[in-house]
Amino acid sequence: MSETAEKVKKIVVEHLGVDEAKVTEDASFIDDLGADSLDTVELVMAFEEAFGVEIPDDAAEKITTVKDAIAYIDGHKS
Amino acid sequence: MFAKGAAPRRVVVTGMGIACPLGLGVERVWQRLTGGESGIAAIQSFDVSELPAKVAGQVPVGTRENGGLDLAEWIPVKDQKKMDRFIQLAIVAAVEAVEDSGWKPEDEEGRCATGVMIGSGIGGLQTIYEAAQVVAAGRAKRISPFFIPSALINLASGHVSIRFGFKGPNHSAVTACATGVHALGDAARLIALGDADVMVAGGAEAAVSEIGMAGFCASRALSTGYNDTPTAASRPWDEGRDGFVMGEGAGVVVLEELEHARKRGAKIYAEVIGYGMSGDAHHITAPSDTGDGAFRSMRAALHSAGVEPGEVQYVNAHGTSTPLGDDLELGAVERLWGDDARTLAMSSTKSAIGHLLGAAGAVEGIFSILAIRDGVAPPTLNLEKPSRESAIDRVAKTAQERPIKVALSNSFGFGGTNASIVFRAAP
Repeated sequence: MSETAEKVKKIVVEHLGVDEAKVTEDASFIDDLGADSLDTVELVMAFEEAFGVEIPDDAAEKITTVKDAIAYIDGHKS
Repeated sequence: MFAKGAAPRRVVVTGMGIACPLGLGVERVWQRLTGGESGIAAIQSFDVSELPAKVAGQVPVGTRENGGLDLAEWIPVKDQKKMDRFIQLAIVAAVEAVEDSGWKPEDEEGRCATGVMIGSGIGGLQTIYEAAQVVAAGRAKRISPFFIPSALINLASGHVSIRFGFKGPNHSAVTACATGVHALGDAARLIALGDADVMVAGGAEAAVSEIGMAGFCASRALSTGYNDTPTAASRPWDEGRDGFVMGEGAGVVVLEELEHARKRGAKIYAEVIGYGMSGDAHHITAPSDTGDGAFRSMRAALHSAGVEPGEVQYVNAHGTSTPLGDDLELGAVERLWGDDARTLAMSSTKSAIGHLLGAAGAVEGIFSILAIRDGVAPPTLNLEKPSRESAIDRVAKTAQERPIKVALSNSFGFGGTNASIVFRAAP
């Protein structure tokens, strides 16, 4: 697992209070991990903070799975 | 507004829950209260070095079993950050009250006939304070998406309704220190008028924080002379009183239409028989100098109850331990009761738990109900030497066994808002 993936999963576990095993790369925040729309806003903010990236709203809307988050961060972090 | 020919319905109390400085759980809190224990202590949870008032009543940490608060027992960790402490305390008291009532609507009709009205005087003050610091640091975009729903006062009612699926009226009273009584009284009226069959009603407050304490210190409302002897700080009517002591907590009751409660065989604690309100139209923080607002509030409550003052055996006073307010309320009660004052017991349970602001009226309403149930007037702690004599027995220092069939509870708030509620033994 890449460093980004590990960190993303850790953030998801912390913020959504879910079991680590459920946080697979294909897991959808809303459909699989019990998040609501405000949870996802908070998650994106946590990713921004942790990785020093800026995720604009239109990009954030497309980040619906763990995999999406990892890909976006890997593509944009400095 | 009201169906022609329909008569108002009777309202009873079928469930109760408390989180307060004497702990969690109605029976435990009542036992400690009537045993003369105090929940006031030196503040340890934040820095008080800059504050003139250094004592308060805080909900003890512990487990549900031993009467303390461990939030994890009540609210999933991931949800705790979505709500200010006042909402957390409201949930704790509401869960106890609803479980106690045994009310679990099985169908949509029952859920839609069950509403929630939990208020708060101040709401998510600490949450607002923390968010303001983020903004002040130039990081406005870093505010949590949960900031607003965490701070809003009616979100206590919102969370409780979501937790239990109660889809009836969802409302919230916000009248400073009168909130708790207004919530109970207004909720009872909603049932009486047919808007709901069951209401989960109460108040919650969590303003024992640096900013909350600083605010009330600035308005010169808090006791500052007993920082080294915290349990002596709240002393209603005593000549040594010097301000109120902040407390936090929540009180929630389940109110129910009488026949609805009877039909399901619910245990009935008491009936809500009267409710009265008034405004001082005088000053933003000081009570009217004649006690007129308190007088009219109590008179209206007794009028709606259809009882004479002499039929009331116990008053749970607003009695905050402020130099001005205590004697004004006492005078108003003496005027209203007249010669019957000699037979009346009146105590201030704020002497033991402090002033729970928006939660005070709900917690004290529960104490009034328990006074009826057990025939016990809880004590006014620290009433060593009253600043003036009165024919009214103010239950100094130790609880008294007395026959109590009808009890009245007062709450008065900043802005000159007054509310009184009257309970009678279960029908």
